[in-house]
Amino acid sequence: MRSLYTWLCIFTTVCAAAAGDVLIALAMRRIGDLGDLRRGHGFFHVIVRVLSSGAFFGGVFFMAIAFFSNLVGLSWADLSLMGPASAALTFATNALAAKFFLHENVDRRRWFATIFVCFGVLLLTRS
Amino acid sequence: MNIDPSPYRKPALTLRKYLVILSVALFGSFGDAFLARGMKHVGSIDIHHVVNVFSALANPFVLVGIVCLLAFMSSYMTALSFADLSYVMPATAISYVVMTLLSIFWLHEYVSPQRWAGVAFIVIGVGLVAGGPPRTEDPHPVSGSQDVREHV
Repeated sequence: MRSLYTWLCIFTTVCAAAAGDVLIALAMRRIGDLGDLRRGHGFFHVIVRVLSSGAFFGGVFFMAIAFFSNLVGLSWADLSLMGPASAALTFATNALAAKFFLHENVDRRRWFATIFVCFGVLLLTRS
Repeated sequence: MNIDPSPYRKPALTLRKYLVILSVALFGSFGDAFLARGMKHVGSIDIHHVVNVFSALANPFVLVGIVCLLAFMSSYMTALSFADLSYVMPATAISYVVMTLLSIFWLHEYVSPQRWAGVAFIVIGVGLVAGGPPRTEDPHPVSGSQDVREHV
C-alpha cells in the first residue's frame, strides 16, 4: 500500500512540476535575460518585472504543489527512489510540453539527451 | 552517432551562464538531500493526516533544504531567462550524479553497479545537450515573448 502512495506522490509531483516549469519558463521568456536586465536597470527592476508576471505566480503555485507532494513522498521512500523516479517522468513530460506549449525547437540532440537522461534515471530507480 | 548541427545554433554560453546552470544542479541536489535527511527524522506521514507535513517545517534539516531550494529556484529562473526549458532540464540532470554521491557518503544508502550505469547515461545525456545551442529560434512565438536572440 505504501508503494501505491509513493507512486501517487510521484505522479502528482510530475504533473505539478511540469505545469510549474512551463509557466515559469513562459514568464522568464517574456521578461528576458535577468542578468542583462539587472545590469541595465538594476536589481529592483528585475524583482518588479518578475513579481508582475501572472505566469510566474501560476508556476510558483504548481511548484508548491510539487514540493509538498515530493515532501510527503520522501517520508515514505528513499531519496534515491523518489528523486530520480519523479525526475525521469518530468524530463519526458517537460520535453513534450516545451515543444507543444512553448514551441521550442526540440531537435534530435535534445531528444537524444532527454532519452539518455530518462534511461539513466530509470536505471537508478530499478536497481 | 551523427547529429547534424542545428540550423538554429546560437553563440555558446558565457562562463557566468554555465555557473548559473551548475548552481541549479548543486542547490537542487543539496536541497533534496537536506529534505530527505529531515524527513527521516520527522518519520512517516499518515495518508489520513497529510496536513501533518507542515510540522516538518520545524525540523532544521528541512529548513536548510527549503533555503537551498529557494536558491535553486532563483538560479533556475535565471537559467530559463537565457535558455530553453528543453535545454535547462537535461543540462541540470548532473544533479542526479551529485545526489547519488550524497546518497552514498551522507545518507549511507547502497549504490549498486546498475545505479552507476544510470549515472553514466545521465552524464552522456548532459554532455549531448550541453554541446548544443541554449536557445532556439521560435518559429511560432509565444504571445508576449521577447526576441530572445539579443539576450544570448
